[in-house]
Amino acid sequence: MRKCSIEKLYSAFSELSSTMQIYLPVSNEEGKANYEKWTEGKLWSEALNTERSAKDFFFPQTEDLMKFKTEGKNIEIIDIRSEKEDFVIFGARACDVRSFDILDRVFLTDPVDSFYKARRDKGVIVSTACSRPAETCFCKAFGIDASEPCGDVTTWRVNDEVYFKSNTEKGDAFMKKIEKFTEECDEEKVDEQKAKIKKIIDKLPLSDLDTSDFGGGKTAEFFNSPLWAEMSSTCLGCGTCTFVCPTCQCYDIKEFNTGKEVIRYRCWDSCMYSEFTRMAHGNNRLTQTERFRQRFMHKLVYYPENNDGIFGCVGCGRCLSKCPISMNIVKVMKKLGGNE
Amino acid sequence: MHNIEDTLIPKVAVITDVRIDTPDIKTFRVVTPDGKKAFDHMPGQCAMLSVPGVGEAMFSITSSPTNTEYMEFSIKKCGCVTEWLHAAEVGQQITVRGPYGKPFPVDDEFAGKNLLFIAGGVGLAPLRSVINYCRHYRDRYGKIDIVYGSRSKEDLLDYNEIIEEWAKDANVDVHLTIDTAQEGWTENVGFIPQFVKGLKFDTDRTAVLCGPPIMIKLTLEALTSLGFEKNQVYTTLELRMKCGVGKCGRCNVGSKYVCKDGPVFRFDELDELPAEY
Repeated sequence: MRKCSIEKLYSAFSELSSTMQIYLPVSNEEGKANYEKWTEGKLWSEALNTERSAKDFFFPQTEDLMKFKTEGKNIEIIDIRSEKEDFVIFGARACDVRSFDILDRVFLTDPVDSFYKARRDKGVIVSTACSRPAETCFCKAFGIDASEPCGDVTTWRVNDEVYFKSNTEKGDAFMKKIEKFTEECDEEKVDEQKAKIKKIIDKLPLSDLDTSDFGGGKTAEFFNSPLWAEMSSTCLGCGTCTFVCPTCQCYDIKEFNTGKEVIRYRCWDSCMYSEFTRMAHGNNRLTQTERFRQRFMHKLVYYPENNDGIFGCVGCGRCLSKCPISMNIVKVMKKLGGNE
Repeated sequence: MHNIEDTLIPKVAVITDVRIDTPDIKTFRVVTPDGKKAFDHMPGQCAMLSVPGVGEAMFSITSSPTNTEYMEFSIKKCGCVTEWLHAAEVGQQITVRGPYGKPFPVDDEFAGKNLLFIAGGVGLAPLRSVINYCRHYRDRYGKIDIVYGSRSKEDLLDYNEIIEEWAKDANVDVHLTIDTAQEGWTENVGFIPQFVKGLKFDTDRTAVLCGPPIMIKLTLEALTSLGFEKNQVYTTLELRMKCGVGKCGRCNVGSKYVCKDGPVFRFDELDELPAEY
C-alpha cells in the first residue's frame, strides 16, 4: 500500500496531465459534483457521488460511428474511428465501478463493440471508497463493497491523505507513473476507515433490500403481475431513470445530413419512450405499463438470466433521487417481492 | 483502428436488378461493387440494409445460400427506408451488413424430415430462402409441401418462380390460395388457416410458418387441430432493431433478443417467452 497527501496528489496530477487526461468529480457552487477534466486548481470533490454516472467515459451520450459521402448513385463509407488517448477516471465509486463490468458483458461480448472497446482499453479506473454512504445507497444488496471498491486502483481518502492499492497491471502502471509522489505505508488507517464505512452501511435503510426474489428464470412469475399497472400508473415516461442509470445501455442509431455528408451516430435511447419499439407495422409495447415493466424486468430478471445471475442494478441510488414521481427500483423490488 | 472490423460498419453494395413482384413488393438483387456476394448466410438469417441519409432497417435474405452470385431481398413498401428503396433504380448503391440471427435448422433438425412450408403475403420472403435451399439439397429431405396464400393473384410473391420451378418439381407439392375469387384463378379460394385444415396434412411433417400475426395465430391453431405438436412448428419473428447483435436493447422478448437468439423460433420455445411480440 502507498499513500500521499492530497496536496501531493495535485502535484502528481500536474505531471500526469501532460501524458494522460485525468477526470475526477468536481463540485459546482451548489455542491453537486460531476466528472470534469482536471486542470490546475480544480479540486477533487468530497461529494458522495456524481450526478451523472461514469458510463459516459466508455459509452458517451452521443458518438459518431461513421460518415457517408454520396455522389449520384454512389456511396463512400468513411471510417472515422481513431486511436483514443490514455485517460484516468479518478475517484469512481464502487457502484459505478461495478457498472463497467455490467456494460462490458454487453459491449465486449462477441461481436465486440470496437467503439466501446477503444475507450475501455485506454481508461484506467481509480476508485475511491465511500467514507460517507447515504440513505439512497443500496449497493450492498447487490454484493458490492463500498469500503473496498474494485477498479485498477482502489483509493481511500482519510483526512488529508490518499491511500492507494493497485489491483491490476493497468493499476501497477498508473502507480509507477505517480511513484515519486507517493510513499510506502501500512494499512492501519485504511482498515480503520473500512470498518467505519461498513458500520455506516449496516445502518443504511436500504442495505437489507432483498434480491433473493429476483434473478433468471423468474419471467413467468412476475411478467403478468397486476402490480405493474399500479406501479407505472403515474410514470411520465420521461426516461430520466435510464439516463442517470450507470447500467442502462440501450442505444439508437441515427443520421445527420450536414449537406456535405451524412454522419451516422449512436446516442442513448430509453425503453421508457413510446417510439422505442415502434415499427412500420406496429408496436409491441404500446402502453407505459409495458415499457415500465421492460425496464425493471431487464434489470432484475432478463439481465441476470443472460449473465450468470448478475443483476443489472448497482444500487447507486441515482434513480431514487432523480425520478420526478418518486418511483424507483427499490419500490418495485419491495412491492413485487411482497416486502413492502 | 481502421482495420478492426465492427459489425455496425456496413459494406457498400449495389442494386443490380429490381423485380416488381406485387403492387407493393419489389425484389432487389444486391452485390458488392466488384460484383460479388456481400457475405454468406444461412436460410432465415437477416441483413441490415441502409440508405445513408434515410435510415437503416433489417430485412430477411430471400435468396438461398446456394445462390453464390448475389443476394436478394423482397421488400414491401411500408416505411421511410422501404419507400426510398422502391424508388431506387438499378445501379443505385446502398449499404449492407450481416448476416444476423439464428437460421432455420436446415442441416440438423430438418434433415430427413417431411417439410411443410406455409406462408402468407410477404411472409414468403424469409421462407423462399429455406425452400430453395431444401430444393437444392433435395435428397436430404422427405416430402415437401408448400402452402402459399395472399389477398389476390397479383399479391402473390415470386409467382413465376412458384409456377415455373417449384410446382414443376416432381416431388414438391405447391398449394396456392387467394382470399377472394378472381377470373381465371383455378386454384383454391379462401384463407390460409381453413385451407391448411382442409388439406389434412399428416403430422409426420416439420412445419414452417410465416406471415401476418393473425394468419400465424390461426394457422397454428389449424395445425394443432390436425394433431401437430408445437415443437414441430417453426416461425420467424420481426421486431424493431437497430444493432442486429443484441446490444441496442430493443428487440427482446423476455431474455431473448430476436436479432441474435431469433428470428427463427419454434412455437414451444415461444411458449416459454412472455407474450410481448
